[in-house]
Amino acid sequence: MAKTETKSIRRKKRNIGGNDEIITLSKVSKAYATGAPALNGIDLHVKKGEFVFIVGDSGSGKSTLIKLLLRELVPTSGEINVMGYDLVRLRRRKIPKFRRNLGIVFQDFRLLKDRDVYENVAFAQRIIQVSGKEIKRNVPSILSTVGLAGKYKARPRELSGGEQQRVAIARALVNRPSILLADEPTGNLDPKNSWEIMKLLEQINESGTTVLVVTHNREIVNAMQKRVVTMKKGVIVSDEEKGGYIDDED
Amino acid sequence: MRISTFFYTIKQGIVNIFRNKWFSLASIATIGACLFLFGLFYAILMNVHSIVKTAQEGVSVTVLFDEGISQERIEEIGVLIDKRPEVSKKNFISAEEAWESFKVDYLGEYADGFTENPLEDSASYEIYLNDVSMQPALVAYLEGVEGIRTVNRSEVTAVTLTGINSLLAYVSIGIIVILFAVSIFLISNTVTIGISVRKEEIGIMKYIGATDFFVRSPFVIEGIIIGLVGAVIPMAIIYVIYNEVLEYIVTKFSMLTKLLNFVPVETIFMNLLPIALIMGAGIGFLGSITTVRKHLKV
Repeated sequence: MAKTETKSIRRKKRNIGGNDEIITLSKVSKAYATGAPALNGIDLHVKKGEFVFIVGDSGSGKSTLIKLLLRELVPTSGEINVMGYDLVRLRRRKIPKFRRNLGIVFQDFRLLKDRDVYENVAFAQRIIQVSGKEIKRNVPSILSTVGLAGKYKARPRELSGGEQQRVAIARALVNRPSILLADEPTGNLDPKNSWEIMKLLEQINESGTTVLVVTHNREIVNAMQKRVVTMKKGVIVSDEEKGGYIDDED
Repeated sequence: MRISTFFYTIKQGIVNIFRNKWFSLASIATIGACLFLFGLFYAILMNVHSIVKTAQEGVSVTVLFDEGISQERIEEIGVLIDKRPEVSKKNFISAEEAWESFKVDYLGEYADGFTENPLEDSASYEIYLNDVSMQPALVAYLEGVEGIRTVNRSEVTAVTLTGINSLLAYVSIGIIVILFAVSIFLISNTVTIGISVRKEEIGIMKYIGATDFFVRSPFVIEGIIIGLVGAVIPMAIIYVIYNEVLEYIVTKFSMLTKLLNFVPVETIFMNLLPIALIMGAGIGFLGSITTVRKHLKV
């Protein structure tokens, strides 16, 4: 009896904020030791399988938001729940287990320059202690998903920016995360490559992964017709389904 | 931990060593120098200990009895001496034996003039001690025993030998402690450099969900390997040098070998090698674990 109760409590805990919400932020503020608050009482609800653009100028609080979602930072006040994990109360030693549910892609790719494409992707699997046999099966499969099956032996410096970002995406996806966080993924790419990366992210989203993209790229945001959350000075000023890039009027 | 993860960690530890090979070499050299000095001290200490031990065994307390004492009482005193913890062995020298020995040592042919034993009351016990430092306690006891006339001892030798022994031990401990502190500091520096070189990689590992253990292990392995290599090299050098020096002394100063009892290299290394390996690995482990705990707050 007691066991059943505990299970139902756990289920309730996982479903905080709605049935299929995967990310819930309630009245989240974050102030650093110096300066104005980076985030000021924001509410954000993301459903499982959504594709969300987070846009805003420098200093709008986008980076702080990503850091909070990664549990790199804890909010000064408010509640954050990601996949049932209460990030405000999450113990330090539980952070690695939590992060294994996230895939992260950075503007500057952050690949290991001394290792080839295969090792860069396999590295993510080794970290979570996947067996050698499974790594040999998973890595080529994910590399073909991102269109780099033929370049597994190349070093990052031998690849174009777009290709390097594909490797980073493959690395983020190989552990089958529920959420993919992309922080300015096209920031260092030309328009053609930017489009290809966005198409890839869309494809990943269609296969069921929730995708959050922080970006400055106006054309892409406007063209893709996805949900757009616009931030300014630490608050969400607009949140639109099939939205567009809102120009800064200041 | 999976076997593949275990090997991956070992491999990464070795990769770390080669990645900043100059710092690794510097650490190996320092640990090597420390353990070389340690080994040298150990070998010298073992030999001094052996020499002192031999000398101690030669130090005895002689007990002479009251005039006209009965043979029974002498035997009773013998039983009392045997019961004392300080005593390693005792010899009874009868008056006749004492006289015979005196004649051979000092009189030679002139002894023929004596018809009676002038050392009639010189029967004695020669007592050998386990440890020179125990001599005063035994002497105090013996002086209170009924039937004992005189207790002869060599106090100066006893005090000097005990002094040399403890002085050597204190000096070696002091030097060794300083050297190890330096080694730990250097290993810690090497690991810090290793961490800063791999900062980006560690950052990525953290984002992907690597545990503290997974991130830290390669650096600890790096420290232990450096420590072990730093132990093996000086041990090999000491092994060769020790044999050479011993051979040199034996051939050039054959007189010394009769007086001094040198310890064979095998006996020295039976303890020294495992101690050095444990110390090397220990220094490496300590140096790296404290550093990763400080710099790798995962």
